[in-house]
Amino acid sequence: MDNNQNMAKESEIFESRKMKLNLLKAFRDATARKPKIEGVECPACGAKTDDAELQNSMYICEHCGHYFPMPADKRLQSIYDDGEHELLFADIEAKNPIGFPGYKVKLGELKAKTGLDDACVCAKGKIGGHRAVAVVFDTRFLMGSMGTAVGEKVTRAAEYAAEAKLPLIVFASSGGARMQEGIFSLMQMAKTSAAVKRHSDNGGLFISVLSHPTTGGVTASFASLGDIILAEPKALIGFAGPRVIEQTIGEKLPDGFQLSEFQLEHGFADAVIERKQLRETLAQLLKLHRKGGARR
Amino acid sequence: MRPILPRGLFQAKEKNITPRERVLMARSPQRPNFKFYSENLFEGFFEVHGDRQYGDDSAISCGIALFEGIPVTVAGHVKGRDLEENVAVRFGMPNPEGYRKFRRAALQAEKFHRPLITFIDTPGAYPGKEAEARGQGEAIANCLYTLSNLKTPVIAIVTGEGGSGGALALGVADRIIMLENAVYSILSPEGFATILWKDAKRSDEACEVMKLTAHDLYEFGITDEIIPEPDGGAENDPQMIIAALREVIAEELRVLMEKDTDTLIDERYEKFRKIGRI
Ligand SMILES: [Zn+2]
Repeated sequence: MDNNQNMAKESEIFESRKMKLNLLKAFRDATARKPKIEGVECPACGAKTDDAELQNSMYICEHCGHYFPMPADKRLQSIYDDGEHELLFADIEAKNPIGFPGYKVKLGELKAKTGLDDACVCAKGKIGGHRAVAVVFDTRFLMGSMGTAVGEKVTRAAEYAAEAKLPLIVFASSGGARMQEGIFSLMQMAKTSAAVKRHSDNGGLFISVLSHPTTGGVTASFASLGDIILAEPKALIGFAGPRVIEQTIGEKLPDGFQLSEFQLEHGFADAVIERKQLRETLAQLLKLHRKGGARR
Repeated sequence: MRPILPRGLFQAKEKNITPRERVLMARSPQRPNFKFYSENLFEGFFEVHGDRQYGDDSAISCGIALFEGIPVTVAGHVKGRDLEENVAVRFGMPNPEGYRKFRRAALQAEKFHRPLITFIDTPGAYPGKEAEARGQGEAIANCLYTLSNLKTPVIAIVTGEGGSGGALALGVADRIIMLENAVYSILSPEGFATILWKDAKRSDEACEVMKLTAHDLYEFGITDEIIPEPDGGAENDPQMIIAALREVIAEELRVLMEKDTDTLIDERYEKFRKIGRI
């Protein structure tokens, strides 16, 4: 009896220790696994996807087809033949032209966090064997907004393309002109529009590709001035943002208002192209714009 | 090299008016408006209407007139004197038709070798549902595009509020002139505060940091000349503004009309190219 009682007690202690150990182990596993669980939650369907999966799927949710914003370097890799390209004007960085409080620090933080110099990247390379200059916006950097660095890069890309007689492709995704650079940002609208006009007057092809979102001063300047305007599906494209319009008119906007399909229907885009078809479409368009046989 | 300043500027600079006060003066309904300028600076203003595509927009007025005997094309944002007048012109906020009418007038100015003189005074383009459906962004972009190499002299005068892309659409010019209390900015101070701080009530603070006064823009090399205003603002002596504008426009036109087209266009390109050059 005593013996039995002792055995029961021992086994109880044993079990409780085992349980504690298991809890500890589970806790350790949980904390150790945390970085692995981390991923991106789809804002449309809530499914979690990790970074590697997103890259493989061209930043499209495999569960519901939602388009995530695409980092500029990944876009360049996906567009150019074998991903090969040469970066242009990589040394251009914004100053603080109106001396906006805290702006320099903010820029520094974003550069460190994203590895970008500003909200767009320029490159040259071949698409389907055809040489082309590209400007790619990246919404991770202050919503892809256009200040002096972006204005300068778009302008230089257009001037370079005009000089080298190359087509220009801009992949826009931007909240518009950048508030922190004030009037200088506004003037970049005039500067970039003038530059794409010169490229055009020189006979250059300009293809504007609009991704979610393209609004404000970017819509009201170069992004709307392409010879060909393509849009990714369901991208918000407009001048005024939906909230500002709703406040102005005092009513809710209908579903689909200002999306790519709406712009196609209203005559402000040539085609809505799936992200996975973009490379092929661009290659086809570049091929169609080879020097024709018509007399000059 | 910047053109010389009109007389009186340095006295103006000493007036010590805050940017917020200037914003309020720029918005004053009593301030001289496009109707006043078109009647007092020019002779025989003939207004044209419509964009030949959809309709006419009353928030932008365009026409042909004589300036000191020279045929010119004149265009500007329209603001009213009272609520009723302002409702009729959407408080000077144009629809796409307004910008397309302006572009049409600008191309005619080029065709008939008439200088183009624009008067900027708008809170911004109208953020309406129909305006978006009819391509507000494209309409503004096309004005910037067309004016960037319009083969005739262009002078832009910011007379009141120069707000956002809706103002800039009329502002791609060889010379940018501002009235002393006019403001020119990326967005209204209220919009700026909403976007950056999610709080429209901080607009006073926005006025201070935005650098939107004529003197700020002159320092930045964006504005070429500042027209002095009487104490209390332009409405206290509108004829003084007319006299100063008459003098400045005559002088600038004399210089610009002598330039050959290629020089004119190259210099205009460079004027904007150098803003924020890195
Ligand atoms: Zn999803």
